[in-house]
Amino acid sequence: MSLRHRTLACVLAAGAVSLAAGCGGSSGGSSSGGAGGSTSSVSGSVSFVGIWSGPEQKSFQTVIDAFNKQYPKVHVKYTSAGNNITTVLSTAVQGGNPPDLADIAQPGFVTQLQQKGALKPIEFARSAIQQNFGTGGTQLGEINGKLYGLLFKASNKSTVWYNVAAFKNAGVTPPTTWPDFLNDAKTLKASGTPAYSIGGSEGWTLTDLFENIYLRQAGPDKYDQLSKHEIKWTDPSVIAALKTMAQVIGDTSNIYGGTSGALQTDFATSVNNVLVPSGKTAKAAMVIEGDFVPGTATTGAKPVTDYNVFAFPSIDNSPPVTEVSGDEIVMFKDSPASEAFIKFLATPQAAEAWASRGGFGTLNKKVPLSTYSDPISRKVAQTLATSKVSRFDLSDLQPAAFGATVGQGEFKIFQDFLKNPSNVNGIAQELESSAAAAYK
Amino acid sequence: MTDAGITADGPPAPTAPGGPGVVQRYGMVAVFLAPAIVVLGVWIVYPTVYTIVRSLFGASGWDDFVGVHNYRTLFSDSNLRTAIKNNAIWVAVIPALVTSIGLVFAVLIERIRWSVAFRLAVFMPMAISLFAAGVIWRIQYQQDPSLGAINAAVASVKNAVSPPGVLSTASPSTKALSGSPQKDGLQLRSPVRKGSVALLGVTAINITEIPKTSKQAVKPQPDPSGITGVVWRDFKPGGGKPGVLEHGEAGLPGVTVELRDSSGHSVATAKTGDDGDFVFPSVASGSYHVAIGASTFAKPYGGVGWLTSKLITPAIMIAYLWVWAGFAMVVIAAGLAAIPRDVLEAARTDGGSEWQVFRRVTVPLLAPVLSVVFITMIINVLKVFDVVLAVAPESVQPDANVIALAMWRTSFGGVNDFGLGSAIAVLLFVLVVPVLLLNVRRFRREV
Repeated sequence: MSLRHRTLACVLAAGAVSLAAGCGGSSGGSSSGGAGGSTSSVSGSVSFVGIWSGPEQKSFQTVIDAFNKQYPKVHVKYTSAGNNITTVLSTAVQGGNPPDLADIAQPGFVTQLQQKGALKPIEFARSAIQQNFGTGGTQLGEINGKLYGLLFKASNKSTVWYNVAAFKNAGVTPPTTWPDFLNDAKTLKASGTPAYSIGGSEGWTLTDLFENIYLRQAGPDKYDQLSKHEIKWTDPSVIAALKTMAQVIGDTSNIYGGTSGALQTDFATSVNNVLVPSGKTAKAAMVIEGDFVPGTATTGAKPVTDYNVFAFPSIDNSPPVTEVSGDEIVMFKDSPASEAFIKFLATPQAAEAWASRGGFGTLNKKVPLSTYSDPISRKVAQTLATSKVSRFDLSDLQPAAFGATVGQGEFKIFQDFLKNPSNVNGIAQELESSAAAAYK
Repeated sequence: MTDAGITADGPPAPTAPGGPGVVQRYGMVAVFLAPAIVVLGVWIVYPTVYTIVRSLFGASGWDDFVGVHNYRTLFSDSNLRTAIKNNAIWVAVIPALVTSIGLVFAVLIERIRWSVAFRLAVFMPMAISLFAAGVIWRIQYQQDPSLGAINAAVASVKNAVSPPGVLSTASPSTKALSGSPQKDGLQLRSPVRKGSVALLGVTAINITEIPKTSKQAVKPQPDPSGITGVVWRDFKPGGGKPGVLEHGEAGLPGVTVELRDSSGHSVATAKTGDDGDFVFPSVASGSYHVAIGASTFAKPYGGVGWLTSKLITPAIMIAYLWVWAGFAMVVIAAGLAAIPRDVLEAARTDGGSEWQVFRRVTVPLLAPVLSVVFITMIINVLKVFDVVLAVAPESVQPDANVIALAMWRTSFGGVNDFGLGSAIAVLLFVLVVPVLLLNVRRFRREV
C-alpha cells in the first residue's frame, strides 16, 4: 500500500519537474528526473512559513524528517510565524517576496490571498487528496472549483469537555440531545457546580458555540448559504439559533463568574476551570470547545478519570455533523520540490508521523486509528475522519474584518451578545450590518 | 548652515577658494553625513513617504486608489472614534499627572531619610519593559480575589470587617421559599404557628461547601409549644425530588434561622444543628414566618472589576503611571539639585512659608525641566500602545482602544487593511508633529 503511494508520488513528481522546467523554477529546483529505488532525486529547497510553534513545530519537524527519507535532496526550511501568520504573509505578499509554502488557519484569508492572485493552484495533488481525504475533504480546499489548499491538520470543534467528578456529584450523564443538555446543566447548577465555563474574553469561543448550534438547528445547507452571505444574518434561522444560544449564555447564574467573569476569562482559563486533577474542585462542569481543549490545559488533569468528552448534542433530531477548523497548506511559488512536499503531506504517512505524537487530527481516512495514543483522542479523531457532513468554522470563512479580527465584527458582536443575551434582534441586525460592510 | 560656519573658521583654512581644498572639505562632510543620511533615508524618510502614499489606496493594494476615503473612515468608524477619544483622555490626564507626581516625589525625597531606597523603589519600574509591566498589572487586576493581588488586599480587610456567611450562595429548591439570599434571606411562603414543622430546602451548594460537621438531614418532631424545622441541601446526585427530604441529603449546620412576625420583623433567631434542625421553643400564639437570614449568605468580597469596560482606561493609566513616575522623579530631582540653594535660603530668610517658597521660587526655577518632562510625556502618551495591549483583555480592548493600537489592529490584526492603517499612522504623525516642533524650538533656544 505505502509502496504504491511512494512510487506514484515519484512518478508524479518527475512529471511535475519537466513541467516546472518551462516556468522558470523559482527556488532553485533542479532535477535529473528518474527516481531510483525508494528515494527521489527531486532536489531544491522549500521555504515554509507556518503557525506551528513549540511542540507543534517539533511534531511538524518529524513530518519533514519522514519526507526527507523519500526526498533526501529537498531541504524544507520551516519558519514559525505563530499567531502573526496573517501579518507576516500579507506583508511578504505586499513586498513581493512570499515563501514557497505556508499553512493558514483561516480559509477566509486563503480566499483573500487567492483573490489577490498570490496563490498557485495545487491541482497536481488533486488525485492524491481525493483518494485519501474523500470528496468532502477535497472540497474544503477548493475556491471556485479549483484546488488551492490541503487541509493537513484538522480540529474537531463539535466537542464538549466535562469534569468527571462534577458530573458524578450531580448524578448526570453525557447528554445526546439539546433538551438533555439543558436539563443536565440545570441539575449541575442545583448540585452547586456552575455548568458552563466560558472563555468570553476571546470572541471566537462564542462564535464557535453559535456555529455548532446553527449547523444543527438550521442544517448544513443554510450554513453554507450564511457562510457565503447568501442569506442575511437577520434570517429567521439565525434569530432562532441566537435564541437557542441564549439558553446557555443567558443562564448567567449557571456560568462560572457570571457574565462579567466570563467576559474577562480567556480560553486557557476557561479550560483550566473544568479540567482539574482529581482531588481539586472544578470551578465549572463543562467547557464547550474543540479537540484542542486537553492540549490547552495546564492543570495536569488526566483523561477519562478526571475529564472526558462528548459530542455536541443534536438539536431537533439533527444527524451527526462536525464543525472543523484546520490548517491549510497553500502554495505561493511552484517548484518540483514544493509540489513533492505538498503531495507528501496528502499521504497517510505524513499524518501518521504527527498523529503518533498526539495533538493531531485529520480528515485523511487512510490513517489507522491505532496511531492515536490515548482513547479520547482516538474517539475524537474517529468522528472527524468518519464524519459524513463536515463544515468549516463559519467565522473563519468570513472576510477577516467580519470573522477574524479582535475587537470588531463577529468577535465583538458576540461578546455584546454575552453581555446582553436578551437582545437577539439587535444582535442579528448588528451582525448583518457588519457582514454587509465586510462583503462590500 | 552653522556647521559650514564652524568649518570655515577651522584652523587649516585652504589657501585658494574653489581649489582641491573645497573638494576635500565637502568630501569630508559627505563622508561624515552619509551614514546619517542613509539611516534617515532608509528608515525614516522612505517609510514616511510610502505610508502617506499608501494611505490614499484601499485594502487590496496599489490598483485601488481611494483618495481621502480612508481619512473619512477614520472619523466615521465608531471603533476609531473611541480610539481618538481615549487618546485625548490620555493626553489630558497623564502628562500633567506624571509631571506633578514626579515633582512631589522629587521635592519630598530631598527631605526624607532613606531617600536612596525610596528613589530606587520609585525608579525600579523603569527597568521593566512596558509590556511586562502591563502583564504584571493585568494579573494584579484580576477580579477574583484569589487571583488578583489588588482585590486580594481589599478582600482581606473587607472579610475581616464583615465575615462571609456559612454559605456563599444558595437558591430555593422549590417555590415554597421566596426572597433573595443576599438581600432579605430566603423566607418560607406559608405562615407557621405553634406546633408547625418548617422545611427549608436549598440547592446550588457545592459539595465542597457543605460544612464538615454536617450529617444526614432529619425531619424533626413537632413541638406543641414551639416551632421546629430543618435547613438542608435539597439535592442528591441526579437531582432528587425537590422539596422532599430524602436519604443522602445533608443537613446544613450553623445557619441562622429567623422567626419573623406578620410585619416582617425578626422576633427570635436560632442556629441549626449538625443535621440541619432548629427549634424556637415556647412561641406565643399567632402566625409567623420562618426565614434563613441574609447573614448566612453574606458573600465573601467579590472584587472590583478593574478589567471591565468602565474601569479599564483608568486601570491602564495607573499601570502607566507606575512606570513613568520614576522617570519624572529622577529628571526633576536632577533639576532640583541644580537650583542655587542661596535663592531658596534668601526666600526663607525673607519670611516666605514653605508653600510660598515651593510655589514662587522652586517651581518657576524648575520650569524648563518640568516642560521637558511634560512634553516627553505628551509624545509618549500619543504613541501609547504596548501597555494597553497587555493590560486590557480582548473583550474590552475596543473600549480601551488608542490610536496606535487601532493602527496595528487595522494593519495587522486580521483585517490587513494597510490603506486605512497607513491613514491612522499619518494621523498619529500629524498629532505628534506640533509637539515635536515645540521641542525642537526649545532646543534651539537652549543652544
